[in-house]
Amino acid sequence: MYSGTIAEKILSRHAGKQVHPGDIILPEVDMAMATDGSAPMSIDIFNGTGARKLLHPERIVFVEDHYVPCPNEKVAALHEKMEFFAKQYGCLIFKAGEGICHRLLPEKGLIEPGYLVAGADSHSTTYGALASFGTGIGSTDLAAIMYTGKLWLQVPPSIKISFKGQLPHGTFAKDVAIFIAGYLGADGANYQVIEFGGESLSQINIEGRMTLCNMGVETGAKAVLTSFDETTEIWFQKNLNKTPAAKIQPDSTAEYIDHHEIDLSLMSPVLAVPNKVDSVSKVSEWEGKPVNTVVIGTCTNGSLEDLRIASEIIENGGIAKGTSLLVVPPSRTIFLQAMEKGYIQKMVNKGALLTSPGCGPCCGALNGIPHNGETVISTANRNFKGRMGNPAAEIFLSSPATAAASAVKGKITDPGRLLS
Amino acid sequence: MNFIDKGKAWVFGDDINTDYIISSKRKRDTLDTEILSRYMMEDIRPGFGEIFKRGDFIIGGRNFGCGSAMEIASAVIKGAGTAAVIAESFSRTFYRNGINGGIYLFECDTSRIREGDLISVLKNDNFIKIVNHNRNEEYEAKGPSGLLDSIISCGGLIPFLRKNNGFPQNSIQ
Repeated sequence: MYSGTIAEKILSRHAGKQVHPGDIILPEVDMAMATDGSAPMSIDIFNGTGARKLLHPERIVFVEDHYVPCPNEKVAALHEKMEFFAKQYGCLIFKAGEGICHRLLPEKGLIEPGYLVAGADSHSTTYGALASFGTGIGSTDLAAIMYTGKLWLQVPPSIKISFKGQLPHGTFAKDVAIFIAGYLGADGANYQVIEFGGESLSQINIEGRMTLCNMGVETGAKAVLTSFDETTEIWFQKNLNKTPAAKIQPDSTAEYIDHHEIDLSLMSPVLAVPNKVDSVSKVSEWEGKPVNTVVIGTCTNGSLEDLRIASEIIENGGIAKGTSLLVVPPSRTIFLQAMEKGYIQKMVNKGALLTSPGCGPCCGALNGIPHNGETVISTANRNFKGRMGNPAAEIFLSSPATAAASAVKGKITDPGRLLS
Repeated sequence: MNFIDKGKAWVFGDDINTDYIISSKRKRDTLDTEILSRYMMEDIRPGFGEIFKRGDFIIGGRNFGCGSAMEIASAVIKGAGTAAVIAESFSRTFYRNGINGGIYLFECDTSRIREGDLISVLKNDNFIKIVNHNRNEEYEAKGPSGLLDSIISCGGLIPFLRKNNGFPQNSIQ
């Protein structure tokens, strides 16, 4: 009934009329999320409105993921505030240890294709992997959604990225995500949507799409969307035992402000080098640089498949003397699955340190703060100065394979030869 | 007809991200923006929060406020008493949070503004101008319009919603 890009179709359904880029709309939000990094402030703001109930409590979800397990009494008060509010107003809450919001909401069946999802965390674009319009908002926006059910939004134009060809051995979705950040630049898609498609999208599974959609925000994108396809349908059947109603795909007549074709066969293992995500180099250019700390997992790259790849490399090669490996499972479910498969044991057996499911060291909130002058290679999504809690450390971003290979050698290493 | 009175310009470059504006390690301890504003920009300019004065301007390049969507970044800038942020462009989440929080954000070519210049803002229905008193120059600027201007004129999204008892349907065309 509505036409255009995936973004235009989803937003038209929510606006109840055909929308076009530039329109300001007031759509109802299907799911709104806040973390312990953003919910406490939303609660204060909501309490200031004088409202006495949430318009749609079933559409509001809180996740304790940034500061878990609770490190001090101040955070304890923040968690207590979230838990009290959730109980009082009847919204959903996932307590410490359940996992990181961006992996947890899809896992719990709270995201569906065609949804408009507003998350008070920038990497809420991750939900685009399930053909839903996931976008980052602030705490005031979330308070306004609790109060009115709605969000003000300008309809964005879309950039199309079509994939063709096949990824070479040793190269993964993360390499493509980092490549795109460098290719478009840190503001290359600001106020715009990135829409993935093309004949080779089918080769990238939902976990890989989550990595792409998660990192897509590093170009400033408002949402990062993938077309609904057989891969999406199978994921919903297998993981949630349901068939989504909205099979959102773009029209062939959809208009894009830009169209890029990426030949996956030309990709190679890459790094985001300090201190910007869009400073991108081939792994081969930095090969041999000593590494002190390796971080594997997080919401960006902690799927069961990611942990499998990393654990096999570590099992075969061990961890170099003088290098430490920190494993960050993104959710309790994935953690349990990785235990059942033995992936976690293989890494811990070789000396890895394990964190509880949560954001962990990625944003320097707690645990795993690097030492002065250290070099870190991480599978997370940001390498800004001080990101991990110490501005005197430098951070490289890579795929789990490159990170694991670098842990084995104690220096930045192309994973090609170490992969079975 | 000064819309915003004279204040000192503090100049930053491109891609100033929200982690630079306020480090994650600070924001877990308190949400008091006046306390947090002492640590504003500490990782890239230690001590900045202590010398910045209420009524001063923050000047950015491209993509100011990129990175996290956490509103505490724009709230800290407000808590420091910043008169306005003037940048070549803003990251979208920072822009949203700024408007929702009632902070004035203007887009213009900031390349001729130097640290320490005295800046003021002129605004009427037809134009917005940034005045550089040290150089006797004026720069044309863009600011929020339509619904967004109504929000900021009310002092932010929550005062706007309270005044209108929600989003008024006639607030969008």
